[in-house]
Amino acid sequence: MEGLRIIGSPNEFALRYYQQGADELIYMDTVASLYGRNHLGEIVRSAAMNIFIPFTVGGGIRTVEDARDILRCGADKVAINTAAVSNPQLITEIARQFGSQSVVLSIEAKQIGVGKWEVYTNNGREKTGLDVLEWAKICVAKGAGELLITSIDREGTRKGFDVELVGEVVSAVSVPVIASGGMGKPGDILSVLGDVGADAVAMADILHYERSNFSAIRKVALEAGLGVREYDLT
Amino acid sequence: MTLHEVTIIDYGVGNLLSVQRGLEHCGAKVSLSSDPKTILKSERVVLPGVGAFPRAMEALHRLELISTIQEFAQLGKPLLAICLGMQLLMDESEEFGLTKGLGLIPGRVVAIPKITIEAKAQKIPHIGWSALRSSNPNSGWGESLLRDTQVGDYAYFVHSFMALPAIPEHRISDVIYGGHRIPAVISSKQITGCQFHPEKSGEAGLRILRRFISI
Repeated sequence: MEGLRIIGSPNEFALRYYQQGADELIYMDTVASLYGRNHLGEIVRSAAMNIFIPFTVGGGIRTVEDARDILRCGADKVAINTAAVSNPQLITEIARQFGSQSVVLSIEAKQIGVGKWEVYTNNGREKTGLDVLEWAKICVAKGAGELLITSIDREGTRKGFDVELVGEVVSAVSVPVIASGGMGKPGDILSVLGDVGADAVAMADILHYERSNFSAIRKVALEAGLGVREYDLT
Repeated sequence: MTLHEVTIIDYGVGNLLSVQRGLEHCGAKVSLSSDPKTILKSERVVLPGVGAFPRAMEALHRLELISTIQEFAQLGKPLLAICLGMQLLMDESEEFGLTKGLGLIPGRVVAIPKITIEAKAQKIPHIGWSALRSSNPNSGWGESLLRDTQVGDYAYFVHSFMALPAIPEHRISDVIYGGHRIPAVISSKQITGCQFHPEKSGEAGLRILRRFISI
């Protein structure tokens, strides 16, 4: 696979972020669907050994059995994207078995016009023809308990979140929305959490490459009057 | 028998691995069981639970565990009920019609209000981190599992219903959600119910589990 870089073992990163005060962890096998694989179980199982915050696992979950395996390994939620697009009923089936709170719908959004975004799958490789806002409403109606919205246009750019996209999704649905893609600096969280009311932000390479850290990000949030968890590091 | 033995009641609902790992991390020797005799002989018992109230009561009934848990509680040994487990402690629940609970703490399980006190739409379930507050400003947490917890510590919640004790003294800690006070920890004698997941609440949660295994 071109364009991918190995930066370390997922569990070392996970443990470090847990100890530094992350509120939740998201494990995403970004190329699982492409290769038709699903072997996050072992990573999840070992994470559950020493991480005592919620975690979500996504990538390659195609059936209720896949979801059950991941949840049994200690995950709290599964994130689905590609499989939900090809079989929306899967959302309902997983929600019925394990509750809506365990189903995170991951939506990869690419802007295709003014105020218009299209749903992509396979980590931004395949277009689906679906409108993001319509799809978000369908997913919630089918039982998704949370939405993880990733802007493909912003992902990796460090230019900040797609605030307009997140704002439109937040207004369209009644479940928590996690904004993802494009975080370049701590201050980027303010518009997306404060102004448009996202419930959480997901961040990856800003932490992986140590451009910032949780205490700096929390400080920015607290100074802006956003409610974030305060904790002591022990 | 070691000092920190815990039995988690395994009645087929939800993932027990995280609770088990949290307790083990705190130094407990943990076993899972659905056998009434084993449960009754245990030093401490955890009643976990996710999902719907009626289904959980059905499962407990099928395994003949309702009277087991009631008997265990009467022995005065420590019982920690987590999330749906806490709701099962009550007399009854309004989730999907009225269902009888374990009746260990008087009160009822009702839906979290769907609007905030400012009459805005409220997101249900209540998912996420909320700060623990004292329910009774006049009584501290010294006698409860929250002895080592600070007011304002955050805990991780996932729930759509809440357990409302009939007796105010049974209410130990609340959280504020949409302006409403929602019971977070309830307690009567050696029975404690936690609406949040201590095994998913970082160090603050682990402090509660440590307290539980050392009483």
